[in-house]
Amino acid sequence: MDNIILFAVTSVTVIGAVCAAMLCIASKAMAVKVDERIAKIEAALPGSNCGACGFPGCGGYADALVNLPGTKPNLCPPGGAAVAEQIGEIMGTKAEALERTVAVVRCLGDRDALQKKMDYTGIPTCYAAKEMFSGEGACAFGCLGYGDCLLACPNEAIHLHNGLARVIPSLCISCGLCVKACPNHIISMEKESIATEVLCNNIEKGAVVRKKCGFGCIACRKCAKECPADAIAVEDNLAVIDHDKCTACGHCAEICITHSIQKMALKQ
Amino acid sequence: MKKIKGLHAPHCKNTAEMVPVAIPTPAVVTLPMKMHAGKPAIPVVKVGDQVKVGQLVGEADGRISAPVHSSVSGTVKSIDEIDGLIGEKRKSIVIASDGEQAVYEGLTPPIVTNLEEFLDAVHASGVVGLGGAGYPTAHKLTVKESVQLDYIIINGAECEPYITSDTRAMVDDADNVFEGALLLKEYLKPKKIVIGIENNKPEAIKEMRERMATVDGMEVCELPARYPQGERKVLVYNVTGRIVPEGGRLTDVGCIVINCTTVAVFAHYIKTGMPLVSRVVTVDGSAVNTPKNVIAPLGTPIGELFDFCGGLKDDVKKIIMGGPMMGAAVPNTDLPVLKITNAILAISEKDVEASKPTACIKCGRCTAKCPMRLMPSHIEDAFELKNIDLLKKYKVNMCAECSCCAFLCPARRPLSQVMVLSKKMLWEAK
Repeated sequence: MDNIILFAVTSVTVIGAVCAAMLCIASKAMAVKVDERIAKIEAALPGSNCGACGFPGCGGYADALVNLPGTKPNLCPPGGAAVAEQIGEIMGTKAEALERTVAVVRCLGDRDALQKKMDYTGIPTCYAAKEMFSGEGACAFGCLGYGDCLLACPNEAIHLHNGLARVIPSLCISCGLCVKACPNHIISMEKESIATEVLCNNIEKGAVVRKKCGFGCIACRKCAKECPADAIAVEDNLAVIDHDKCTACGHCAEICITHSIQKMALKQ
Repeated sequence: MKKIKGLHAPHCKNTAEMVPVAIPTPAVVTLPMKMHAGKPAIPVVKVGDQVKVGQLVGEADGRISAPVHSSVSGTVKSIDEIDGLIGEKRKSIVIASDGEQAVYEGLTPPIVTNLEEFLDAVHASGVVGLGGAGYPTAHKLTVKESVQLDYIIINGAECEPYITSDTRAMVDDADNVFEGALLLKEYLKPKKIVIGIENNKPEAIKEMRERMATVDGMEVCELPARYPQGERKVLVYNVTGRIVPEGGRLTDVGCIVINCTTVAVFAHYIKTGMPLVSRVVTVDGSAVNTPKNVIAPLGTPIGELFDFCGGLKDDVKKIIMGGPMMGAAVPNTDLPVLKITNAILAISEKDVEASKPTACIKCGRCTAKCPMRLMPSHIEDAFELKNIDLLKKYKVNMCAECSCCAFLCPARRPLSQVMVLSKKMLWEAK
């Protein structure tokens, strides 16, 4: 009886030892060389796998930085300047500073402001409503209010308030997924330093816009005339602010008749 | 051969006995440049121009397009962008009518002696598939020489509930339908011309039988009155037993399907030179006071048609252009009558389904009755996952958008909308 137990224990121990030795040798002899910078960069990246850099997740970006020459170290918007600097250190290059951008919903037409044109009872997504006379609201250019952007946001920075998508700037990680999700293309990434922005997309004539929405740009050109820096132009019945010329005086937001120009406070 | 039975939808053919009546000339007509599949027509008139009935106002842009003719006499008021059937913007010519309905002097019957001239005449008449698809007829009839054309099937099935405009065409305009069929026989030389009519239209069957019996190679095929007999692939299968391959055209199996009103319109054009400027529209639904068949100039706002039919009841909830199964719900009554508008329906609140969709119970009714043998419930899952490969695997591109699945679904899932959007998604992913 003793012999059998002893035999079993010894034989299994020997087999284990031999296999361990083989694995040890194999792991040394057949080791795949991995650049240790990849692991370092991956650790430095935020890890939200949002894909805003254009590569498949944070791992993909780290791999590309090391193995694809020419990949810029400042492509991670959620990480911002800090991560770009870290990557620059690891890679031994100097990263250009990149200003943080924030998603801006260019519409103010919530349920109170926007006239309703019909009851929509189909599939409750923006993508579906867009194909059906652009949803319930009278304006075909504004927020559809079913929250496709909200589902796309990885950081819960967007919420729906009274049928209108709203971004919380401090939570926005600048990934731009909401921009792609919006079928009406009303979300854009703006630099966080901008002082004012036109929050309307409607290119119809002023009288038509006025009937549809209380906050629509009616292209009255008041802002364009009064802007001290001459930074506002009206194109296609819509005011457009040139942020390079803008001196952030905020005058346009104060004088806008329909309040479609709003002061922005996007900084964290 | 086992015929595709389809499903039983209430027929509601309330207006089948009603002879179409012309409505008073509208004050303003709006003629979209795209009332058909393919490229939009190009406006050839300017604001302020005087136009007369039948005058060309929009020139066809190539062969997969159709010309647009003025439906009233008057002055071009503006050339504007208006809402189309799903809210997309379409360039349109707005004409203020002078009420005289003076006919354009330049209208002469075309000389038709061979196939080419026949196709040119069909093209010039502005006729498109009037059953609802709006495919330019001249292009449909242009078949490659290699194609052996066995059947031309004239579609008089009119399987959608409520609509009776095709029925009236086959009864009141029977001579034109027959003459059109003779023209098709003469120039396209198919082995057989079959007119498929559902058996709930005995009068139309009688009229057509009387005429068709006099000519060899023409016959009337009586179809069961079950939806969707008028779907082109279903019709081809039920008449000939042939199955159109995936991604293929009807000509691949030697068939052409053409709507009966379409046939009547180009026969009328070749006889008189008057292009397509007005059409019969069925005005019906539970919220219409006196349902009627009306003859309306193209571009008439649908609100005027409702007014002519005694106005709308107060509890109107939904307005549909087209039939209840395949038509499009529209948000207002300003939209114009298009070439493809065979019916406008106003439905009362009590008849509009308001229940919310519940979870799919996997009962399989949608799959059992799909005329294309698709699996709508699986396609819905793939759509929600935005999985293009699965959508391809389930062949959503075969869907005829007949809405049988949504009609039968006990969980009231919006399956037909899913199908339309899935096809769009697949198209965008290409």
